[in-house]
Amino acid sequence: MIINVDRGRCTGIGICESVSPEHFEVGDDGALVLVTESFIEEDRGVIEQAVRSCPAKALSIGSALAAPTATAEEGGT
Amino acid sequence: MTASDFVAGFVIVGASLAGVRAAEAAHRVGYYGPITLVGDEEHLPYDRPPLSKSFLVEGAEPHYHLSADELAALGVRTMLDLAAVGLDPARKRIFLSDGAQLPYDRLLIATGASPRRPHQLPELSGIHTLRTLKDAEAIRRKLTGTSNVVIIGAGFIGSEIASSAKKHGATVTIVEAAPVPLVRAVGEVIGEAISRLHERNGVRLFCGTHIEGVIGGDHVNAVRLSNGETIPADLIIVGIGAAPATAWLAGSGVELHPDDGGVICDEYLKSSIPGVYAAGDLAHWPNEVMDMAMRLENWTNAADQGSQAGVNAVAPEQAQPYRTVPYFWSDWYGQRIQFVGSPVADSVSYAAGGPHEDRFVALYRSGDRLIGAATLNEPRRIMKLRRFIGQRGGWDAVAELLEPTAVAR
Repeated sequence: MIINVDRGRCTGIGICESVSPEHFEVGDDGALVLVTESFIEEDRGVIEQAVRSCPAKALSIGSALAAPTATAEEGGT
Repeated sequence: MTASDFVAGFVIVGASLAGVRAAEAAHRVGYYGPITLVGDEEHLPYDRPPLSKSFLVEGAEPHYHLSADELAALGVRTMLDLAAVGLDPARKRIFLSDGAQLPYDRLLIATGASPRRPHQLPELSGIHTLRTLKDAEAIRRKLTGTSNVVIIGAGFIGSEIASSAKKHGATVTIVEAAPVPLVRAVGEVIGEAISRLHERNGVRLFCGTHIEGVIGGDHVNAVRLSNGETIPADLIIVGIGAAPATAWLAGSGVELHPDDGGVICDEYLKSSIPGVYAAGDLAHWPNEVMDMAMRLENWTNAADQGSQAGVNAVAPEQAQPYRTVPYFWSDWYGQRIQFVGSPVADSVSYAAGGPHEDRFVALYRSGDRLIGAATLNEPRRIMKLRRFIGQRGGWDAVAELLEPTAVAR
């Protein structure tokens, strides 16, 4: 599973970082940096909380595109 | 449980952010009983912050929290354009403005706050407050082709509207009664510092000044200030704060705060009446992590407190005390102001930048603890400070918290 950021909506308000600094960090320029783009199933709860918490509705959870070169990751569909 | 209890279910009075989050949270923790969301506006629940920003400037559409379908999918029955006018806790029912009675098993009070109006202002066309979508539509209509905007109150709403009005090309003046703006929200030092943004961006700010008179026929065209100046004004926006909307609870037995009429809650957001909870702009509660009782008027709190109240109301076995390090943000003239924690402090000092610069980090100390932080255009720092405050970080460790990131860059 991956985290999608709608860059048109995100203004770096940072509540996602507050919910899960392991996954989200706002940069100096105010742009959100995904610490890791894909995440493990164990983290789904906190990621969903971050997604819900975004005032700009800029976050969503998506499936990683099936790619033969992708390294095996837990939680990948 | 009787049949009427089952039918009554979870009633949420107030269909804005706190109410919506409560409904979502109730559903999420497995509550599948009836949820009724009562709102006194005719619109589906929508987001308020854009009303002073993108909605005024770009002619955008309102941002609705949920569509009618999404509400239905949550099992929420919405009753819009209906105000709650009374509460009978003995018979567990509320009274609505159309004469109907609504029974509840659990009740959430989330009716928010209403804009204060200075009583001495005349009933002239061209004088507005901003809380609702209707208010914003009226202001937006007026802003096109308005040359002179006067804003009463240099708070966050007033300042954001000033920023939007400036974008429309108007001449904008802010009139603030206090010697320094925003003292309650961020304290004197930072209140003064961020208020410099107005003059820096071509907006005049008068502090320690009030409106002595409004000049106009049936529409405003000028204001006379207490400093003797008369200023042209085609549009006056009043942003002097909001008061908890709890008049409907008078006589119900719900304990209200003597100062502002907010609902007094315990740490579980329960009011003085069993089965009745409160969340959002009107709720006073003991916030353990900040060692103080407070009432917050900000988006983050409405969302988080609404969620927790929803859980606590319908799933007592999962109830948690509501604890938060307050956070709010505000965008003026393209600059981002952020604040975490509490401004009630022994001292305030700048850890980076200063009031004459276009970015800064200011830290609020209370005893040995970092109790709050304010930043201007420092989005990378603020959430680390929020976490630190939540962990009761000591003042001595603050430098260490900020230094490594400075060095790394």
